[in-house]
Amino acid sequence: MTAVSERELPRPATSVSLERANYGDRIFKLLLTVAALAVPVLLGFLVYELWSGADLAIQRFGLDFITTSVWDPVAEQFGALPLIFGTLLSSLIALIIAVPLSLGVAIYLTEFAPKSVRQPVAFLIGLLAAIPSVVYGLWGIFVLVPALRTTAFPLLRKLFGFLPLFQGPIYGPSMLAAGIILAIMIMPYIMSVSREVLLAVPNTQREASLALGATRWEAVTSAVIPYARSGIIGAIILGLGRALGETMAVTMLIGNRHEIAASLFAPGYTMAAAIANEFSEAVGDMHISALAYVAFVLFMVTVLVNAAARLLIWRVARGSSAGSSAL
Amino acid sequence: MNRRVLRRTVSNFMVGLMIGAVIVALLPLFFILIDLVLKGASSLSIDFFTKTPAPAGETGGGVVHALVGTLLIVGMASLIGLPIGIGAGIYCAEYPTSRLTWVTRFVADVLNGTPSIVVGVFAWAWIVATQKHFSALAGSVALALLMIPMVLRTTEEMIKLVPNSLREAALALGYPRWRTSLSVVIRTTLPGIVTGALLATARISGETAPLLFTALGSQYLSFNLNQPMAALPLTVFTYATGPYPQWHSYAWASALVLILVVFILSLGARLAIRKRFTLNG
Repeated sequence: MTAVSERELPRPATSVSLERANYGDRIFKLLLTVAALAVPVLLGFLVYELWSGADLAIQRFGLDFITTSVWDPVAEQFGALPLIFGTLLSSLIALIIAVPLSLGVAIYLTEFAPKSVRQPVAFLIGLLAAIPSVVYGLWGIFVLVPALRTTAFPLLRKLFGFLPLFQGPIYGPSMLAAGIILAIMIMPYIMSVSREVLLAVPNTQREASLALGATRWEAVTSAVIPYARSGIIGAIILGLGRALGETMAVTMLIGNRHEIAASLFAPGYTMAAAIANEFSEAVGDMHISALAYVAFVLFMVTVLVNAAARLLIWRVARGSSAGSSAL
Repeated sequence: MNRRVLRRTVSNFMVGLMIGAVIVALLPLFFILIDLVLKGASSLSIDFFTKTPAPAGETGGGVVHALVGTLLIVGMASLIGLPIGIGAGIYCAEYPTSRLTWVTRFVADVLNGTPSIVVGVFAWAWIVATQKHFSALAGSVALALLMIPMVLRTTEEMIKLVPNSLREAALALGYPRWRTSLSVVIRTTLPGIVTGALLATARISGETAPLLFTALGSQYLSFNLNQPMAALPLTVFTYATGPYPQWHSYAWASALVLILVVFILSLGARLAIRKRFTLNG
């Protein structure tokens, strides 16, 4: 102690406080660095745990895992093709329904709506995003599915029954029901991101088009949308990423059957739903490992999809954080 | 001139279609909220908030075990997730040129898009598989991991809104960097950071998938984080997919409570911020 004070005494006061400040700075930076480092470390750990959990199944099935469709825990035969198919198909249905709706809302809110309407509508749609997935599932089981089974599905079968997509018995829980609930759930995301992208389009684009005599709709299609195109596609892909990983509502509505069916009225299964249903009851290491393999595939797919989306959004709203704040 | 009328009609027609889209998009929200109130409110009683569930087939009982469970699990998740998320967010905003900032930001984006069920599998493999029993703590870890990227992003965005002149003024007065950060920069943005934290908490309180095989759920009131524990979202799931009408009414009432919690948290967060900053969304 004395040595320190002796050394400090002859120095001017400012230098002492500077030195102390230096310590403070170092500690401050150290704490923050630990927090910032924790994030990549955790992700690395996540990838490692998934990989090592799936190791057994990867060794046994290799890439055949994603091309075969037998799922038999007793015989320890696992193929995830129906799960991958179900994940892709339910997300595709969701996109087909959600994209026109959310783009319609986004374009209306940025280009046409009176100022007093914009905030409240965007706020209400934001509320949709705040509803937990399991509540969508609950509502789906007791309200949506009964309604679809008695009205919409028979009507679809009557009108489009010539297509294999709309044939066969109507159970209620089905690929189509899951697709519809997914559409409701991803719509707020696509809407808010494409709204941000549209807001980032410079006003001069609109003004130039209007000055050339375009109607307001023509200004949108000829000047605004082309400018924002890649960002809008990014918003859609971001919605796709959400749909691929969505678990609870889909688990509750899709019917949970390891099968590839032509009809949208038939039950199906998704990767996330299979993990949710079977993981805690899995018997045997191979079953658990197969489910971890599914989780690993799902993780890789969503990472790729999200990376593509970010890149596209970034091209339009460069520098701004469009996309990330909506999530 | 006929062509001009046609073009204007097309324009108006498209606007009409878009208004239709707005209405269709908002319908599910109203239906869900109305159904929740109609089917859930009647089961809400003092018993519902103070008792554990009645045995299957009997009436009465409540979900106090799930309320306590959600509070504990989410509280623990916030204790783990908020310091890391906020700290990393401050780091990214204060040292924007560092390579670690770039990596952390990128990783946060990846984590943000990771399905919550995958995070659940991770928490299972890390904690449940090594401990050989289900635990609420594993659920908290999964939720914390979901929380970190959200908190990180909002914290960073908020700090970036602080004008540099404020920082320079503090430094010119002789404040060291860390005091400038803490008592000038972060203090100015505190409401924003709190908002981000509340929003993230609201988001994770509704998460079910990561809890399925970590916290697992339970029928009993428990305060032990090292044991399986009930949580509101799990209650909704179990009771909704179960066979008894009494369970279904528990499910609706729990969902109503859950959504009230989520809405109050996120509305509170948004209102708190509106006065100080104008962030879109």
